[in-house]
Amino acid sequence: MTRLQQGAHEKLPAASPGDRVRVRAVLAAHDLEARRGRRVLFSHLSLSAAPGQLLRVLGANGSGKTTLLRMLVGLTLPAAGTVSWNGRPISADRDAFHRDLVYLGHAAALKDDLSARENLQSLMAIGGTACDAAQADGALAAAGLAGRERLPARVLSAGQRRRVALARLALAGQQRLWVLDEPFNALDAAAVGWLAGLLGTHLGAGGIVALTSHQPLPLDEGDAVVVAL
Amino acid sequence: MTAWAVFLRDLRLAQRRRADTLAAAIFFVIVASLFPLALGADPAWLRRLGPGVVWVAALLASMLSMPRLFADDAVDGTLEQMLLSPTPLPLIVLAKVGAHWLASGLLLSLAAPVLALQYGLDGPAIGMLVLTLLLGTPVLSLVGAIGAALTVGVRGAAVLLSLLVLPLVTPVLIFGAGAVEAVAGGMDSGGHFSLLGAILVAAAFLAPWAAAAALRISLD
Amino acid sequence: MTRINWFYYAAPARFYGLAGKLVPWCAAAAVVLGLWGLWIGLVVAPTDFQQRDSYRIIFIHVPASWMSMVLYVAMAFWSAIGLIFNARLAAMLAQAIAPTGALMTFLSLWTGALWGKPTWGTWWVWDARLTSELLLLFLYIGYMSLRAAIDDERRADRASAVLAIVGVVNVPIIYFSVQWWNTLHQGASVSVSKAPTMAAIMLQGMLVMALAMWAYAFAVVFARVRLIIREREQGAAWVRELRPAGALP
Repeated sequence: MTRLQQGAHEKLPAASPGDRVRVRAVLAAHDLEARRGRRVLFSHLSLSAAPGQLLRVLGANGSGKTTLLRMLVGLTLPAAGTVSWNGRPISADRDAFHRDLVYLGHAAALKDDLSARENLQSLMAIGGTACDAAQADGALAAAGLAGRERLPARVLSAGQRRRVALARLALAGQQRLWVLDEPFNALDAAAVGWLAGLLGTHLGAGGIVALTSHQPLPLDEGDAVVVAL
Repeated sequence: MTAWAVFLRDLRLAQRRRADTLAAAIFFVIVASLFPLALGADPAWLRRLGPGVVWVAALLASMLSMPRLFADDAVDGTLEQMLLSPTPLPLIVLAKVGAHWLASGLLLSLAAPVLALQYGLDGPAIGMLVLTLLLGTPVLSLVGAIGAALTVGVRGAAVLLSLLVLPLVTPVLIFGAGAVEAVAGGMDSGGHFSLLGAILVAAAFLAPWAAAAALRISLD
Repeated sequence: MTRINWFYYAAPARFYGLAGKLVPWCAAAAVVLGLWGLWIGLVVAPTDFQQRDSYRIIFIHVPASWMSMVLYVAMAFWSAIGLIFNARLAAMLAQAIAPTGALMTFLSLWTGALWGKPTWGTWWVWDARLTSELLLLFLYIGYMSLRAAIDDERRADRASAVLAIVGVVNVPIIYFSVQWWNTLHQGASVSVSKAPTMAAIMLQGMLVMALAMWAYAFAVVFARVRLIIREREQGAAWVRELRPAGALP
């Protein structure tokens, strides 16, 4: 893709299959239980993902896919079980975990009154990375929104809003864990290809991607971890 | 750096939605103007009522604008992103409350002299009124933030928020209105003033933690 | 030596049984102590020189005020335990305490009004204790309203826990500010709480009534928490095996 992306990924060491010495950046969950009201969605769920692995969550509507992702990032407290990052429970040092994390939920997290560029800069700032107007514009251009940076988010279509949200990934080289809830929703073919490229590059550089998706993924899933709810 | 960015963002949003910001201030003026209509316009009577009425009106107007603090962000998903920020959540809450106060409490404090004149208060009393509001409205925003965080996304959040927060902020009302009445009566207001200041410092340290805890619970 | 497992009764199922055994004992104690306290208050204690017999309402008013504050602190304590240890039972206890605490507060206000009428001719007096009790009632109502407004039980538990803890920190500040406000505004102090000089027998009467109310509170809270446990643990096997209570399916 662009110079920006390659530079941003330089810091991550590429994972090799027999790499036992550096077992870093491991996402693990142990004995998770989720309840909705008094109904148990799932219980005794354990999983782990190593650097370079894709974690894919499958399930029917309402089976708890979003709940599981939210537990992995710490937004939802599990009824039982723990989630750990780099061997430590995420509740131990939330700030450090958040530094390594990008989470894109169902909602695009855009303010209607801010422009696409302002929205992206604001989201990057909240996520802990400063980014100036030029970098933001570059990411938006990569996302196919060149020329629309100054439009208020209110006038963007659903697909365009999702592209603005996904533009964060183009700038998220530092964050090793990407957790995406149905990221391919509302995207056209070109955008799907672009996103697939981003994910592939991230995985290749040793990052971890956890996502849910109803459609077949346009990715070489390799040794993906599949969780079926 | 993140907190500063959130602060500026909220200010920018308030500035682009000026109508919402001004509505609370207009409510403040309307409520304070209703009391003479209900109670009679005897000047001496109004002069005694003035500090208390303006303070209660400020309290109600603040409660009216509190839900705005987290409601919009909760609906569009930005609040979740703040919960996942590497910056400690209490700091982000403090930044949001600061921006919110600039667009609400500060406006009320600056509008108060006009109302004070309607009630026939004299110079020193008006000065103390503005001063106590400047100290007290941040406390209202801080404690209100806890209420707003607890009621994010709940049915009837606005009224529930007032129900939860108003009993908790009665000390601010007592000391704030008390200081103005002391000055109006020619007495010393130092005690009330220092107590108000102490409450502000305590609230500035403790309320963001409570609000952050409440936010994590509400977005669970 | 066997170690005491403090968490043995932390499971709702076990606590259900324990509470069930304790309710009749607490109720009996409440009745016995209550009768004794009322006997002291109505029969033994001498008629007051100034207030005649109308002062006797303090034997209910003062213990009810004490209980309203003790129960609020207890509610906040169990809320905190429930929040820190993620313990459902502690949260259910806090939920069970709230209505009784509110009742005590209301009782305190009502008896205060009943005292005020014959003594000062008005049904309501803005004295420090009554005003503080009024604000405490609002805090209880706020707690119960927040619980009622949130549909998800666990979120309701945790949110109301935060509210209770914030409230308990605030109560001393509120009390202090109301005291301060009262001394400044009343001048000649009209105080519902200024009882006639406290003869030892009167203090004894109030303490006995306080213990009676405490026993009553235990009985009612345990009975209520059993209902709450049954309702919230509906899906569990042990609940389904219980005999239906009265007309409940």
